[in-house]
Amino acid sequence: MIMIEARAVIRWYHEWIAVFIALLLTAVTVSVLLSSLGLDPISSLQRIFIRPLNSVYGVSELLAKATPLITIGVALALGFRAGIWNIGAEGQLVMGGLCGGAVALAFWNIDGFWVMPLILLGGTLGGLAWGAIPAFLKVRFNANEILVSLMLTYVAILLLSVMVHGPLRDPTGFNFPESRLFHDDATLPKLFPAGRGHLGFVFALIFAVLGTWVVKRWHLGFEMRVTGLSTTAAKFAGYNRDRTVWMALLIGGGMSGFAGVVEVTGNIGQLVPNISPSYGFTAIIVAFLARLHPLAVIPAGLLVALSYLAGEAAQLSLGIPAASTQVFQGLLLFFLLGASLLVNYRIRFWRVA
Amino acid sequence: MDYGLLSSIIHSILVASTPLVFAGLGALIQERAGVLNLGIEGLMIVGALAGFATAVAGSPLLVSIFAAALAGAMLASVFALLVLKLYANPVATGLALTLFGLGLAALAGSQYVGQAAPQVAAWNLPFLSQIPVVGPALFSHDPLVYLSIFTAFVIWWFLTKSRSGLILRAVGENHTSAHALGFSVRGVRFLAIICGGALAGIGGSYLTLVQTPLFVEGMTAGRGWIALALVVFASWRPFRVIAGAYLFGSVSIIQLHGQALGVSIASQWLSMLPYIVTIGALVIIAGRNDLTQKPPGALGSIFRESK
Repeated sequence: MIMIEARAVIRWYHEWIAVFIALLLTAVTVSVLLSSLGLDPISSLQRIFIRPLNSVYGVSELLAKATPLITIGVALALGFRAGIWNIGAEGQLVMGGLCGGAVALAFWNIDGFWVMPLILLGGTLGGLAWGAIPAFLKVRFNANEILVSLMLTYVAILLLSVMVHGPLRDPTGFNFPESRLFHDDATLPKLFPAGRGHLGFVFALIFAVLGTWVVKRWHLGFEMRVTGLSTTAAKFAGYNRDRTVWMALLIGGGMSGFAGVVEVTGNIGQLVPNISPSYGFTAIIVAFLARLHPLAVIPAGLLVALSYLAGEAAQLSLGIPAASTQVFQGLLLFFLLGASLLVNYRIRFWRVA
Repeated sequence: MDYGLLSSIIHSILVASTPLVFAGLGALIQERAGVLNLGIEGLMIVGALAGFATAVAGSPLLVSIFAAALAGAMLASVFALLVLKLYANPVATGLALTLFGLGLAALAGSQYVGQAAPQVAAWNLPFLSQIPVVGPALFSHDPLVYLSIFTAFVIWWFLTKSRSGLILRAVGENHTSAHALGFSVRGVRFLAIICGGALAGIGGSYLTLVQTPLFVEGMTAGRGWIALALVVFASWRPFRVIAGAYLFGSVSIIQLHGQALGVSIASQWLSMLPYIVTIGALVIIAGRNDLTQKPPGALGSIFRESK
């Protein structure tokens, strides 16, 4: 007979054992899927997960993909701790890219060291504004932040499309839905001679450290955590729930917006209709993989970024559609959520007499 | 007024709304049992693919609908396992279901892109479809439109008139009390999740079988999320889900006809309408202070037998 009972004390290694088991189960499932497609799982896994990292170019690409995932993942980890489900990070990222990109285009023929900070500020404010809408509607009208932030994602993507097809289109670009290319002072420097890894990755690392500091040392972080664990306890402690809602969504919006403008200026170099392969949604997986610890978001973000490279490699070398990335990511999240049982409960086996 | 145009507009509103009716009812039955399932979008697209694949292979409509329902129910059972047995966080698990469903459908559906499903024949209801204007608008639809309304009626009857429906509502309002009375909270919720998954699957299949007889990656385009918002809008009542769905359908049709009538603004502005209307509806509903229109008491909470 199998019995489960709540753990009295949760130790740190319980969490990481659960994460390890989830990764293992994902690897096994992916192997089974690969062999069901008639491929040799070991050599295929090696081809899609290891080989992309065999060069400076590969590592650089990995860092480029991990940059938005880590930046947003840190913000979501803070928000999820507070029990605020900001599912619209993708929309906030797009708004960040759009607003930052608009600033960059406004200065398209003006150079100066001050242009870049202005662009980053513009993008951050764009995302912040997009995060403020669900926060306001939640605090003022108690509207569900999950659905509002998600609906705003679709609106943001359409807004970007309008702008790139209209006002922000490159006037010399033969009517292609693309903006002008940003000039050198409006793009983030690259980290390596090859690949697209850029300075944004360093920002992401700083955010992860700052996030850890907020969670561990700031009273605000403690307040958000208590609110997430028990609204009743937070009420008795005199914590203001509205403030938590605002903080969670403004941090989420601002940092997603920052991730968006960094993606546009560091990686793409212009505005296009599609600036993100669902980084905002994937960052949710990153936050859970890190078990909502901001510092652990760094390895989690790198690992999930690898799944994007793996998807591209699977398409090129195995002929599997790139959507396999999403399947892999979805599986990983399922196993992570299932395995979290092992964190909070212990499982006992004994024989029925 | 051009009555022919009016009747064709009403006809197309019903077609645009039917997936939302099915998916909304699927979300509703789960929420009345206290289960918040954010995976509706993923369930819909899997249903869309299953329905389409069987239709392309030449199966009759009934088989395609059954396949879509089965695909939705199977994916939903993963959600049920995680949430009911492994006490996983329901919000995150629902999201995982959506991400996984979208990926799975894109992966498995890549071979179907560019193919077309056979047209579903309309059922002209005897006599009713002969009525001028009203007949072609309301009574000469494909069978799924009638089925969606019939399903709403069945769910309404089940929830308000049957003993099992009362048990389901009890589980949704207060699972501890329902458990103390000897009802199987997990069993009831499992069945609700399976039925909800099947309905979401059928809703998705309507997209590929009737609306656009094609399969495209990510073609549900947020309808699963709109369906979830609809349930809030409908204050958890089946007939109001229909009313809400038709309202949203109208918005998306206005958008299409707006372009046809030469409204000279970028099409994207009009495409934003359904999402903005959804936000507006959520705000209006959440602001209401009426106890009879509150969500089920145990919605989204995790059930555990206390020791």
